[in-house]
Amino acid sequence: MALNELTIAQARDLLAKGEVTSADLTEACLTAIESATTLNAVTTVTADKAREMAKAADARISAGDATAMTGIPLGIKDLFAVEDVPTQAASNILGGFKPRYESTVTRNLWASGAVMLGKLNMDEFAMGSSNESSAYGPAISPWREDGSDAAITPGGSSGGSAAAVAADLCLAATGTDTGGSIRQPAAFTGTVGLKPTYGRCSRWGIVAFASSLDQAGPMTKTVRDAAIMLGAMAGHDPMDSTSADLPVPDFEAALTGDIRGKKIGIPREYRVEGMSASVDTLWAEGTAKLRDAGAEVVDISLPHTKHALPTYYIIAPAEASSNLSRYDGVKYGHRATLSAGEGINDMYEKTRAEGFGPEVQRRVMLGAYVLSAGYYDAYYKKAQRVRALIKQDFEAVFADGVDAILAPATPSPAWQLGAMKSADPVEMYLQDVFTVTLNLAGLPGISVPAGLSSKGLPLGLQLIGRPFEEADLLNTAYALEQATGFSAKADKWWT
Amino acid sequence: MAIDTDTARRVAHLARIRVAEDDLPALATELSSVLAFMEQLSEVDTDGVEPMTAVSPMPLKRRDDVITDGDRQPDILANAPDAREGFMAVPKVVE
Repeated sequence: MALNELTIAQARDLLAKGEVTSADLTEACLTAIESATTLNAVTTVTADKAREMAKAADARISAGDATAMTGIPLGIKDLFAVEDVPTQAASNILGGFKPRYESTVTRNLWASGAVMLGKLNMDEFAMGSSNESSAYGPAISPWREDGSDAAITPGGSSGGSAAAVAADLCLAATGTDTGGSIRQPAAFTGTVGLKPTYGRCSRWGIVAFASSLDQAGPMTKTVRDAAIMLGAMAGHDPMDSTSADLPVPDFEAALTGDIRGKKIGIPREYRVEGMSASVDTLWAEGTAKLRDAGAEVVDISLPHTKHALPTYYIIAPAEASSNLSRYDGVKYGHRATLSAGEGINDMYEKTRAEGFGPEVQRRVMLGAYVLSAGYYDAYYKKAQRVRALIKQDFEAVFADGVDAILAPATPSPAWQLGAMKSADPVEMYLQDVFTVTLNLAGLPGISVPAGLSSKGLPLGLQLIGRPFEEADLLNTAYALEQATGFSAKADKWWT
Repeated sequence: MAIDTDTARRVAHLARIRVAEDDLPALATELSSVLAFMEQLSEVDTDGVEPMTAVSPMPLKRRDDVITDGDRQPDILANAPDAREGFMAVPKVVE
């Protein structure tokens, strides 16, 4: 097996035994990245930095001072500020921006000894489900439909992260998830994506989209890797007042695979119209597998599910319109060229019209509308009330003793790039039907690859857990991973 | 609720995004379709439900009101499109 194809756990064990070095792993990934430019997954390669960090990691391993992440080469979503490395959130408005500070999550990862390979593609400001809103152009999935060479979306917004992990350009990657942006691309690419509980990872230094929904998490090849990497990313941070001051457990130690007696809820409202037949079948099979593993499967109701999408598409744009008001052409990034006589308002309006892509403009304007005088109560406040009800739905189910909820990650497999071009925005938003509920309720969720569609594309199942019980959730996901035995990989057509 | 061209113009201005006059009708149609989708919320009974303003039930942390950072003028100006003499420069605001 080529070194870039290793999992974090495999690489860690080989590094500990001295059978490979971080320098070897890093070179293997850099070579893989070089040969995969077609995928457009990596937007900035930081080869020099990677080699330096690998050297330091090897020294640390020799000195007996290694963590589980020491020497592991990672890709970083372009939403994370990395000091002196271009950080653009895949937007032209942040063209040329090089932060003079480091996000807490990446700082934690570098402190654990992980190695930075480069920045990864995404939808502009994490707004999108197909990576097509990126200023860098879309990332392309390593997966193709059987008998076709049409380009497939890796999903979004963390599409570059998903494509990079699935194509073995890195051992793992960071992602962020505001309405499904980790779980949906993971499902589309046969990888594992974990959105932790809101507050588990610090948001400091991550370009903000919707602050009450955003959460960073690992995108990996296995559930075990997600457990290892979350441990290095998480932790209390005084710089983020919503970061939880709770101990970070040893997530990997929780992976026993024993889920006997666990109560798994199957939400009846998630059986939505338009769900593809292969997704439905996969869900039923996953349910049976968890039952076979000794879990008790119960039918549950989350009555406000159908209102989650409209709630989300009010709250997220409202928060985005506030957060993105900072892009004004003054402090960083792009500034429009002004004609004689144009003033500061022209500068703001032209800069933002030039710098933001169509989807970002749409959401910022929508947010401005639902927050404006006369509409605030009817839209924004109403959505906040429905959000409370959605959270209560989950609380009631957990109070009844349900340990985890099993649902599909997406209503369909990935589609061809461009297929949604003529769709109206709402059609694209429907993709998030199974994922946004968790962000609204702040709950942890994980997408685990579970099978292939009739055309040979990966499909994922999603498990939803109790707040701050990622360890238990990861164990259930581990049991599901063992039971499904998913091992398919994309053919390497791009090299 | 349908958004007309005048409302679209006002929303674009609120968002400080320049939209050409010719593009306003299309924008109005697009925003209207999204808002129609959001209208579904009106069927939910939310009487007596408190709006959710925080995700985690934990109270926000407090810290001493002291200066913990500063003296970073070069860092702050490093990315400004137009920085001069220790300031960010903008078009003339006051006549």
